[in-house]
Amino acid sequence: MRVAEAWRVALDALRANRLRSALTMLGVIIGVASVVLLVAIGTGTKQKVEQQVEGLGSNLLLVVPGRIEVGTAPVVSPLTLKDVDAVTRVVGDPDRVAVTIASGATARAGARTDFTTVQGVLETTPAVFTRSLARGRYLTGTDVDTSRRVAVLGDSVARALFPDRDPLGQQVTLAGVRFRVIGVFAPLGQSLGVDRDDEVHVPVTAAQRLWGTQRVDGIAVKAPDRERIDELGERIVAELNRRHPDTEFSAVTQQQILGVLGDILGVLTGVLAAIAGISLLVGGVGVSNIMLVSVRERTREIGLRKAVGARPRDIGVQFLLEAVLLTTIGGLTGMALGVGTALLVDALSPIPAAITWWSLALAFGVSAAVGIVFGVVPAQRAGRLDPVVALRAE
Amino acid sequence: MTASPPAIEAVDVSRTYQLDGVSVEALRGVSLTVQPGDYVALVGPSGSGKSTLMHLLGGLDRPTGGRLVIGGRDVNALSPPEMATLRNETIGFVFQAFHLLPRTSAVENVALPLVYRGVSARQRRERAAAMLGRVGLGHRLGHRPNQMSGGEQQRVAIARALVTEPTVLLADEPTGNLDSVTGAAVLELLERLNAESGVALVMVTHDQEVAARARRRITMRDGVVVADSATDDGTAHLHDRPLSVDHGRPATLVPAPSAEPRSVSGSGPGHPSGGSGGAAGATGRLPHPPDRGPGSEDADAATGDGSDS
Ligand SMILES: Nc1ncnc2c1ncn2[C@@H]1O[C@H](COP(=O)(O)OP(=O)(O)O)[C@@H](O)[C@H]1O
Ligand SMILES: [Mg+2]
Repeated sequence: MRVAEAWRVALDALRANRLRSALTMLGVIIGVASVVLLVAIGTGTKQKVEQQVEGLGSNLLLVVPGRIEVGTAPVVSPLTLKDVDAVTRVVGDPDRVAVTIASGATARAGARTDFTTVQGVLETTPAVFTRSLARGRYLTGTDVDTSRRVAVLGDSVARALFPDRDPLGQQVTLAGVRFRVIGVFAPLGQSLGVDRDDEVHVPVTAAQRLWGTQRVDGIAVKAPDRERIDELGERIVAELNRRHPDTEFSAVTQQQILGVLGDILGVLTGVLAAIAGISLLVGGVGVSNIMLVSVRERTREIGLRKAVGARPRDIGVQFLLEAVLLTTIGGLTGMALGVGTALLVDALSPIPAAITWWSLALAFGVSAAVGIVFGVVPAQRAGRLDPVVALRAE
Repeated sequence: MTASPPAIEAVDVSRTYQLDGVSVEALRGVSLTVQPGDYVALVGPSGSGKSTLMHLLGGLDRPTGGRLVIGGRDVNALSPPEMATLRNETIGFVFQAFHLLPRTSAVENVALPLVYRGVSARQRRERAAAMLGRVGLGHRLGHRPNQMSGGEQQRVAIARALVTEPTVLLADEPTGNLDSVTGAAVLELLERLNAESGVALVMVTHDQEVAARARRRITMRDGVVVADSATDDGTAHLHDRPLSVDHGRPATLVPAPSAEPRSVSGSGPGHPSGGSGGAAGATGRLPHPPDRGPGSEDADAATGDGSDS
């Protein structure tokens, strides 16, 4: 029997039992749809995180004491503004160097309070991290040099403290000390469940005075070009090691952060896909089951086909193709359903979802393979039927 | 006249079924030959092994003993796929229960054997349509089995059996599920096709008149052949001759040429006395339930034989 003929026979058989075919496909449809959807969510999350890390500013180099590794305890920073000056000399451009010293603090304005993160920074921060203001102005070099008690509010803080007033020029109390609001950031939104607008920037010098310290937590450098970013990081770390021989320093790039995050999210996506794959497997068992029923039901047809000259192989191929058709049609439907659901989730919920071609190809390939694997036993059984016995079947 | 090679040759063929550890000897040493163009009626009480023998003759089953040669090929030497090809090329089956594929048009049912021969779809359709024309169903090509009467369905089945131009047509109680009028018409068709195309016809029947009309009658009992008109009455040599020479028929069955009176007696009771005897007798009968022809040889025909279809 020709292959095209076998396809037609298999398709006819499925059409003859529409409802049952559809119900059998349902298992495969759900399996494939969940694989596609979960992989889309995993991929979408990864892409969004990557965007946000990229959004920190391009060619960013973060210099912190200690090692950046999962499971290592944070190290108390020995860095001071003198070290920042030393790093600036290495970099050669003060506009490319930013610092931070951060701590949680209660912000108060009138009767309203908001617990937020206060960041002591240099005036270079918006350029290094690519931040923009909605209102007012940012800190200036003079603000930093003179430890002026001025503050730039994140969008959330501004809303919490000044829901019905213009915050510009108003007083806020941070950890008991009064600051004057000079600007409000443009909103950034959420990232990995963290509100990125929940922060207040003040001059690093004012923050150090507030907390009674000389230290800074970390230094960020915007490298002039991507090619020499690693080399620049090494030079900065060498300089800091010279100044603080007892402490280890790390310089990490966005690429390294992305790599670590990508690995974590990749594993997560894989686990989700595997769980969905199990449901696809269950769908395959359903296909096998129905094919066995189908073989039994069509025993007389098998006997007749054999009587008129069908070889065992012809019958086997016919039933195998039927199983493969069930799973591939189910697979295609599941893909459509998965893609549709992913697009809806992406559009209507905060969960990001992105369709990738490899996940579609994989889902289709797996569903076809499921058809073959789970169709083989029923097909062999059909092929081996004794025609005389088959013709006598009820 | 020189003898042409037999279409089927069975030598001391036996078939034993194993059923829950018990051996059932359905056939116990059957020897017979089917010549090209032959017309054989196979009679015998229910359970005597007729269907078992038909399955063997058609290569649907294998003997457990003896030698069986179909179309010049010893089935003991053939693999299952080779058997399938042999069936496809040399045998046509007509079953009591029709065995048409449901939800499939008449023309596609008829074309089915050609599918396994690798014939192109267009040619299949052409040949199937032509064959349906020959069985008088040229106007029913697109009909499904459930849209046709029993007689029409059996005609479709006959067309399917003959579309491959086999050398032997095996019909196991082809009228068993039909009323007598329809059954007679189907018989007439089978006999006409046997006469016209030269396909050998081996038919299981309970109808004495039909059996008498056949050129040769084989009677079975308890798994053995107890009578074979070809060997018993000394006319065996006649069956080695080409069909057209000696196979006279009643005028009603064959329209034109050889309307001469049947020159050779099929011998045995029920042989039609005149040219029109067979058909007239058949059409005159009342409808009867399937499985029990009025000519049943045995009382157990009434209860039996439901098992083999
Ligand atoms: N598949 C089978 N298994 C066991 N016994 C069988 C089988 N087929 C037929 N038989 C037995 O073989 C004998 C002959 O059966 P069968 O050829 O159908 O007779 P007939 O067609 O003459 O009525 C019966 O006794 C029947 O019960
Ligand atoms: Mg029988």
